[in-house]
Amino acid sequence: MARERGEEEDTGGTGGKSAPKVKQRQRKKKTKESKTRTVHANILYDSAKGEESPNRHYANNKIKTTKYTLLSFLPKNLFEQFHRFANVYFVFIALLNFVPVVNAFQPELALAPVVFILSVTAIKDLWEDYRRHRSDKEINHMDCLVYSRAERRYVEIYWKELRVGDFVRLRCNEILPADVLLLSSSDPDRLCHIETATLDGETNLKQRQVVRSFYDLDCDFNPLKYTSVIECEKPNNDLNRFRGYIIHRNGRRDALYKDNLLLRGCTIRNTEEAVGIVIYAGHETKAMLNNNGPRYKRSKLERQMNVDVFWCVIILLIMCLFTAVGHGLWMFQYGDKRPVFDVLSPEGTDLSPIMSAIYLFLTMIIVFQVLIPISLFVSIEIVKICQVYFIHNDLELYEEETDSHLQCRALNITEDLGQMQYIFSDKTGTLTENKMVFRRCTVAGVEYSHDANARRLAMYQEVDSEEEECVSHGGTLPRRDSVTSHTSARVVLRSQSTKSHRRTGSRAEAKRASILSKHTDITPDPQLLDKVNECSSKMDFMRFHSQSLSTLSSDLCDIIDFFVALTICNTVVVSSPNQPRQKVTLDKAGMVSFLHRVINIFELKSPVKTIEDFIKRFTPSRLTSSNNSSSSSLNRSNNRGCSSLISSPSADSTLTKLDEEKTAESPDEAALVYAARAYKCSLVGRLPDQVTVELPHLGKLSFELLHTLGFDSTRKRMSVVVRHPLTDQITVYTKGADSVIMDIIRPPDTGTRKRQKKIICRTQNYLNQYAADGLRTLCIAKKVLSKEEYACWLQRHLQAETAIQGREELLFESALRLETNLHLLGATGIEDRLQDGVPETIASLRKAGLQIWVLTGDKQETAVNIAYACKLLHYIQAKFLCSSSDQAAKMYLTNNINNMAAADLYPSLPVHRLGLVIDGRTLAYALDRSLEDKFLAVARSCRSVLCCRSTPLQKSMVVKLVRNKLKVMTLAIGDGANDVSMIQVADVGVGISGQEGMQAVMASDFALPRFSYLQKLLLVHGHWCYSRLANMILYFFYKNAMFVALIFWYQFYCGFSGSAMIDQWYLIFFNLMFSAFPQLITGTLDKDVSAETLQHLPQLYRSGQNSEEYKPYMFWMNMIDAFYQSLVCFFIPYFAYADSGVDLFTWGTPITTIALFTILLHLGVETKTWTWMNWLSICFSVALFFTVALCYNASCPTCYSPSNPYWTIQRLLQDPLFYFLCIITPCSALLPRSITNVVHSLSIARVNHFIDFIVVSKEHPQPEPGHHGVAAQPATSFPVHQQAPPKRQ
Amino acid sequence: MITAMMASSYNAKEEDGHHSGAAGHGGAGAVKSRKPDNTAFKQQRLPAWQPILTAGTVLPAFFVIGLIFIPIGIGLYVTSNNIKEFEIDYTGVDSNSPCYSCARNFSSNSTTPCTCSLNFTLEQPFESNVFMYYGLSNFYQNHRRYVKSRDDSQLNGDLSSLKEPSKECEPYRTSESFPIAPCGAIANSLFNDTLELYYVESNGTRNLVPLVKKGIAWWTDKHVKFRNPSGNSNLTIAFQGTSKPVNWRKPVFELDPLDSENNGFINEDFIVWMRTAALPTFRKLYRIIQKKPSTTPTLPSGRYILTVTYNYPVLSFDGRKRMILSTISWMGGKNPFLGIAYITVGSICFFLG
Repeated sequence: MARERGEEEDTGGTGGKSAPKVKQRQRKKKTKESKTRTVHANILYDSAKGEESPNRHYANNKIKTTKYTLLSFLPKNLFEQFHRFANVYFVFIALLNFVPVVNAFQPELALAPVVFILSVTAIKDLWEDYRRHRSDKEINHMDCLVYSRAERRYVEIYWKELRVGDFVRLRCNEILPADVLLLSSSDPDRLCHIETATLDGETNLKQRQVVRSFYDLDCDFNPLKYTSVIECEKPNNDLNRFRGYIIHRNGRRDALYKDNLLLRGCTIRNTEEAVGIVIYAGHETKAMLNNNGPRYKRSKLERQMNVDVFWCVIILLIMCLFTAVGHGLWMFQYGDKRPVFDVLSPEGTDLSPIMSAIYLFLTMIIVFQVLIPISLFVSIEIVKICQVYFIHNDLELYEEETDSHLQCRALNITEDLGQMQYIFSDKTGTLTENKMVFRRCTVAGVEYSHDANARRLAMYQEVDSEEEECVSHGGTLPRRDSVTSHTSARVVLRSQSTKSHRRTGSRAEAKRASILSKHTDITPDPQLLDKVNECSSKMDFMRFHSQSLSTLSSDLCDIIDFFVALTICNTVVVSSPNQPRQKVTLDKAGMVSFLHRVINIFELKSPVKTIEDFIKRFTPSRLTSSNNSSSSSLNRSNNRGCSSLISSPSADSTLTKLDEEKTAESPDEAALVYAARAYKCSLVGRLPDQVTVELPHLGKLSFELLHTLGFDSTRKRMSVVVRHPLTDQITVYTKGADSVIMDIIRPPDTGTRKRQKKIICRTQNYLNQYAADGLRTLCIAKKVLSKEEYACWLQRHLQAETAIQGREELLFESALRLETNLHLLGATGIEDRLQDGVPETIASLRKAGLQIWVLTGDKQETAVNIAYACKLLHYIQAKFLCSSSDQAAKMYLTNNINNMAAADLYPSLPVHRLGLVIDGRTLAYALDRSLEDKFLAVARSCRSVLCCRSTPLQKSMVVKLVRNKLKVMTLAIGDGANDVSMIQVADVGVGISGQEGMQAVMASDFALPRFSYLQKLLLVHGHWCYSRLANMILYFFYKNAMFVALIFWYQFYCGFSGSAMIDQWYLIFFNLMFSAFPQLITGTLDKDVSAETLQHLPQLYRSGQNSEEYKPYMFWMNMIDAFYQSLVCFFIPYFAYADSGVDLFTWGTPITTIALFTILLHLGVETKTWTWMNWLSICFSVALFFTVALCYNASCPTCYSPSNPYWTIQRLLQDPLFYFLCIITPCSALLPRSITNVVHSLSIARVNHFIDFIVVSKEHPQPEPGHHGVAAQPATSFPVHQQAPPKRQ
Repeated sequence: MITAMMASSYNAKEEDGHHSGAAGHGGAGAVKSRKPDNTAFKQQRLPAWQPILTAGTVLPAFFVIGLIFIPIGIGLYVTSNNIKEFEIDYTGVDSNSPCYSCARNFSSNSTTPCTCSLNFTLEQPFESNVFMYYGLSNFYQNHRRYVKSRDDSQLNGDLSSLKEPSKECEPYRTSESFPIAPCGAIANSLFNDTLELYYVESNGTRNLVPLVKKGIAWWTDKHVKFRNPSGNSNLTIAFQGTSKPVNWRKPVFELDPLDSENNGFINEDFIVWMRTAALPTFRKLYRIIQKKPSTTPTLPSGRYILTVTYNYPVLSFDGRKRMILSTISWMGGKNPFLGIAYITVGSICFFLG
């Protein structure tokens, strides 16, 4: 699996590139077949004559994710590297050196740095490509079983030999080699369970079904008898869609769904054997088409840096121009008398001053090229890698419970973390645990408060907090639920699990188990429990006496229906994932049950496929006769499900197209199922055609599952259509958001109408109450269909199901038709607890100057309550609610916004204390182009903004709006699929690796285990990354400018001839070697403020927000400083050696040394914290310089023209003057900077002291009297929030 | 590009790790936790020295720097001041200068060398060894094309380079189809004035001051970098088939016919010239006046005559020629600048402190 994953990752950018190529090739070859792919079985054709196979044009299963071949490596890699402009620039300059008239350095030497940089990158690319190649090879050589026509059996072949149209046999725990259409399964229910962790990270099992036409086969699938043709879509990357049909020889067509397709990379679980036909292979599989490379973003700092690189180019050009003009004038002053030292060009021709100036201009570009730092880009990469490494290794960002730590998925935007201004957060799963706990319910208008349960939960919480204190590692609560495979595999029943965990003695596991039980264990409300018992015993009695159930009081009837609905109206699957399901357990009752099963399969073909089928099956006589036998048989045969645990409900959730709310719903479903179990109403098994429920007194009942109308975010509800085993009525159970359910409830026209209305009214009241308590509410309703109604609906539904075009829309309409005139059963309130440390995190992020917006799909009341709970809204704040539903809202909103905007004009009105709550429908208007500016104006002036009932699209639109209009840095954090678009739009996307699969994480730049880690990530790591990188970049600019300026000053003393007193070797390797390491160490390790202080004083974060470490003027200050320092470094040696016999390079070498010392000391002045690594790197740099210089100067007396520095440094080291120069020059060069730094830090120290003082005095702010109005102005706002934190140039 | 690749490699690693961790978890629990190591380095808690800039630490530091620098500066200044130096310009720009006519009537073709004599007086006696320099101004020996115009292999005695000089020497590479030895513009422009110094005793007699012409070049230059073409001790034969530089009056093997150890490429005047000066105003060591064994000063105070054989034209580029006599100290020639710099910086620090 790891291999598989590696391969997926490795594919990186290439997957995207190669796939279209494959497609293109296909398109060329088969223009006639444009829309669909036809797959024939290969065994119909002689494999020897592959030419005839109709599948020959499809890609084979061999994957090649490498970019290069041996031959193409060099040209291709170079071509790719030259996409970076800097590389082209440096190569251009190196090549310029080969032109004799302009050359400044030895041409070969000038190539060295750029070749070095290019080859480092090339070697890295090569190594990575080799890794890819190895992993490809490994994958291509994995084994799979394919049916061979010649041998009439399944033979083992390599994956790469697999072709479209082959029959593959898959065994349990095997990885799928290609996208396979499931034709047969050993599973009794013709299912195949797969684990899709490698595709979407979800560890729960998913069921896949055998193609319907092959469903009835009682014996093994025989490939030789297969003659059908499959017609399906062209390869695409949509994991959640597969459409097509299979055409049998008799001309019958059967539709194919995504449920029939097993995707490459998934693992077969729980199924002993399955056979399928390969549909897509190799690069055309959905998994491969889905591989997107890592994301690349340009950080704000880098954008800023690029501007300054541009300025450097301008400075370079100005310097070159100046020198060129100078040279022209210098030549001109001699007139025709050519002095001896003005050597003619090699051709002996006399150049005019103008021509000389032009040539010199080019020469100077070469000489001054160092001004554009060639190593800057590489250094930034290295530093960022190190930063990511440190973030990754932070213990405080590691969560022991889930053994997960922060993942940096985007490597080049670490410093953006320090510059955030707006945070957009999802609510469910991000601020809250997304671990749903059933809290209260109301059935038939009666509220059951479950006080005992609440008390128990409170108790758990206390235990938790105590335990955490013992563990003494920051606030962590386990995030692992029973849904993950390993827990569900081991924790068979709760009681057993706790025991077993105690046995293992692992504290964490025991704790996890106790947490698990906290969420699965519900103390039932005694009153309700009594009613359930009463009701079911009555029903049991009635069943045995063949009385009609209608005599039951409607209250009791509602109660039992309510729990049945909770149990079956979901997608919860019961399974024990890691073992294959036994076909039949041959215990005492084994044979009997087996026989019954065979009958069952024939009897309960479902879902209903045709009208004839329906009529046949639903004739009254048959209904009565078959009913008892089937249910009783299932009672016995379903014992395999008894020992298994309820597994994740999110089976199909993430695979549906409109799954925004669905995934959010899944923990709800589990909570409801657990709740029902507390009332002895437990789900024991789920098959595609039936759901088995165990009820008190009644025993196991099998509900024939006719249809499941899955959840989607538009309908906001899901329904199941079942045949009730006791009443034989076709019943629709619907569960959904109260807002939608309440609209489609219709009280019956009979006498109970009034009572029903009352119930609805009371339920609505309770719902409001639940919402106000911050609970998530769901309404449960049912509907009984008459046979005629059902038949009528079914006919149209079947049409919709078999449609190929627009199937989703038709199914949606069909569902709408069914879900009408419901009968309200009750409502539930589910608690979603806040994650630990959320209020504190929000408070400190606030102090850090971050605006926090919460964008949630939840309803307004719930959202507002959570907002209060996590201190996002304060009670003393005025709330500005925007909630409207009609067109008039637009007017309303406009007026309000105008008022607000007007209020903004009066600074005395502290509008920033306002909180804005806006709901989805209003948001739609607010995001309108005409209103968005006003909306933003209002939102900006509010302290907190809460958008509820917003769709994923709206979420991303809000983020985009704020980002683009306000030009601010935005961070979006979320955990579910509904947050993906928002995460992708924001500058930095953060995913919470929590309960809801991996989509958010996959889309994110950083993945956190929990929300509260955001505090350290932003305030500490963000700040550090930003300040380190900003300082390093500034230092780079300074360093290069300072070094180059030395040569510039020299031009005044060498007739602007482009001569350099610094040896060309030093000049070229200065950046690359001598001064490279210390800045990397400082850029990686320096801490301007300690982690504790940063967390304690979130205000310090503002320095990043305001880009205070790297402002445009700082670049210029650095440039000026660089020019000053170079003046000192140039003129002190100049005067010290004035009018002496010193030769060019004996004079240049001290200057180089001095420049190195000055540059290193400058770094020292800028370094805030000195570790041994800083010392080491500086010492190493100095030692390296002298070693290289000594070796270089001793190596060859005739080489290195023109400088030929033979024995220069050796002589210098004997000269006391050299040492005196090396002491005085750096000191005087750094004097101004150190003085300003000292003055600055002295003033800052005073300010810091001041901040400390304020923090201490503000630890316990006085509670202000609460006023609900704009005028209420508590003085809790931080008085120093305008305070500039320590800043440097 | 580099970003991309690094990113992908890192991610791949990450995912691998992640995955194996997750997969192994279902097992016996013997899986290594992915918990980061609690080491000072990984947690960025390396012991660090934080220079805390407060008035209490910074000001004494300045003070101490000042205290160290000022005495050094004074020492350097005094040393420099003790050096005796005399300088005389003999370019002949002024019409009343003795060399005026030589400068005026300069012609490179004239066979009879023009000589001129300058009188000067040393106020103070020069003790110990006295170094005699010639100084040039406005002579850009550091011009980029000039600096390059040499062939180090040829100067090192390499025979193939002697016959086939480097392209860098162009346009002073060949002369009348013979390779030039030594080639290049530097050699071509060799300083060829001859300076002689006479001490005029009080009775009017002129005593030639003995000038030592060896030991003026770097030892490594004389013995390692510069070598005559090997194979023949007779330089005339060794340099056969080469041509003299165009500006020279005599070939390289006649630079010092009297001393075979100072002839050809290893002629010290030539070696000194080949070490191109860093700045347009420079001096080059010409001769050394050895200290006398007796107690009499090397150059007693009194009247002197400098006789110049005026060969080297500088007026065309507005240059100046000087003769300099100087004693030296442990830190080289007379230059008060470094002392002043130390005193200045020291004082600034001191006063800041």
